[in-house]
Amino acid sequence: MIESQAVSVAIGRKPIVSDVEFEARAKEITAIVGPNGSGKTTLMRAISGDLPYGGSIRINGSEVSALKPWQAATMRAVLPQATALSFPFTVREIVRLGLVGGRSGVLPGEDARLPDRALARVDLEGFAGRFYQELSGGEQQRVQLARVLCQVWAPVLEGTPRFLLLDEPVSSLDIRHQLIIMNIARDFARRGGGVVAILHDLNLTAMYADRVHVMHRGRLAAAGTPAEVLTDVIIEKVFECRLKVGAPPVDGTPYVLPHSAMV
Amino acid sequence: MSGAVNEPAALSGPAERLEGDRTARARAVIVLLVAALAVTMLFSLASGASDASALAVIGAWFFGPASGDAMLSARDTIIVQDIRMPRVVLGCLIGAALAVSGAVMQGLFRNPLADPGLVGVSGGAALGAVSMIVLGTTAFAPVTALLGIYALPFAAFCGGLAVTLTLYRVSTRRGQTSVATMLLAGIALAALAGALTGILVFMADDRQLRDLTFWNLGSLAGATWVKVLAVAPVIVAALATAPFLARGLNALALGEATANHLGIPVQRFKHVAIVSVAAATGVSVAVSGGIGFVGIVVPHLLRLIIGPDNRYLLPASALLGGTLLILADSVSRTIVAPAELPIGIVTAVAGAPFFLWILLRKRGVVDL
Repeated sequence: MIESQAVSVAIGRKPIVSDVEFEARAKEITAIVGPNGSGKTTLMRAISGDLPYGGSIRINGSEVSALKPWQAATMRAVLPQATALSFPFTVREIVRLGLVGGRSGVLPGEDARLPDRALARVDLEGFAGRFYQELSGGEQQRVQLARVLCQVWAPVLEGTPRFLLLDEPVSSLDIRHQLIIMNIARDFARRGGGVVAILHDLNLTAMYADRVHVMHRGRLAAAGTPAEVLTDVIIEKVFECRLKVGAPPVDGTPYVLPHSAMV
Repeated sequence: MSGAVNEPAALSGPAERLEGDRTARARAVIVLLVAALAVTMLFSLASGASDASALAVIGAWFFGPASGDAMLSARDTIIVQDIRMPRVVLGCLIGAALAVSGAVMQGLFRNPLADPGLVGVSGGAALGAVSMIVLGTTAFAPVTALLGIYALPFAAFCGGLAVTLTLYRVSTRRGQTSVATMLLAGIALAALAGALTGILVFMADDRQLRDLTFWNLGSLAGATWVKVLAVAPVIVAALATAPFLARGLNALALGEATANHLGIPVQRFKHVAIVSVAAATGVSVAVSGGIGFVGIVVPHLLRLIIGPDNRYLLPASALLGGTLLILADSVSRTIVAPAELPIGIVTAVAGAPFFLWILLRKRGVVDL
């Protein structure tokens, strides 16, 4: 479980996140939503241990700021928004980096094949020999997810749940791969791990998240189940845009919802 | 849902060659490089102005002076053991130090164009060395008294360290290194170090000027076992950090935040890397003056063959760097024999066009 009280983060002198209560449980997908610049990524970076923070953030009972990098690496894996590389690594070499510091949790002899299994999961079977730089943005993002999965392959290690921290994991993906990635997250949660995901797609949020935290101007505007949080009042206030939840277009314009998909 | 759980049907044994895995090739290349280094060392021991036979001398170590080696004179033994051998060992150490420093620096700055010579680290080391030559008997006399033969390498190390630290501070903001800032800051720091070096040269007296000139020629000539002993501990110690550095540099390729997420103690790692580069570059500059381009050409060439995995790139760079510098030294002392060309000229003539070729290939790929 990740729990935080009164978290504040400032970059330079500018406060980005103020007084946020946050909770992410094992066996659940916890979504963070909110408009651009509302502090979602900054909150995630504080949880990841990248930024100093005020207040308290605990992961499985340990204060994040007190964890050694290798300790934190066994408890959570982090998918950043985008990763640029300056050297010609192959896809396999990138995915294998997930095994550098953490503990995958598979039997010792199985680590060598883990990159292939992870790549198959993100629908990139056969890509191991390709060069990372030659892939499209969406494919690169999925390679990074495969790397992240290798780091915490077993969702539960020695009785404690582990966490996937995903910053916009589906933002550069087509709808089929959005669903594949969200299914991986759901599967990770079902098997006992916890997932924290920053999402921009409110439909995917409604479909997959067990709990939603809504950020607005650096503060927590609402938290609860999708049904509690994704309401006309909250959405309109937070996104500063008049919106109606669950209203099909009146003029018959086509609309496509992920709910109908079979992947 | 099926897309999320499909996995390769059959998991075969580890002996099977994995796609995108260059480990086997890297290991084979390292074995070849060890052989190449050994051959180059023997070749270099055997060649020179005198006809002394290196094989006979080496044979004598192992088997004692055999009856057939009656011709083996004390002169030949001295030429091989005390003149050629320290020179070959020194060339190997310095080549390895320069190439590994380049590879580490490129990993640290996440850019294939970073090189201790290009971004002013060598200039800083030179400033340190020149200050010790000029001020060693006056302002720095206590240091000279304390460190003896290590005073010059130590001063060069301090100069290199100062430049590397400044460079990193200036060009890195919140874990992101700006390449443009790094290269420009390197030019500024190199110019500053050059100017200060000029002031010191201006202040130097005749005897110091002679010392400076010999040092500045950038040559392995005059290598002695004493010199080897002065630099070997530092270079060997710097090279010994390579296994620790390799893991961190690999993770760092994904950025500082991700390296941290993967469990690498990034701050401590960066300090070790910077001190290691400054030490290896510093002592190399202290004994051999400026030898350019080894640090950029060697790792780049190897990355084309075995890929950028630093666990293999660093040892391979050490081996190839040593081999190439011994070869360059052979060229420098035979091409205008009986005179000697400074080795820095040989590496620059071969390395500078190569560097331009890298730039042309990378044009549009490297963000500058």
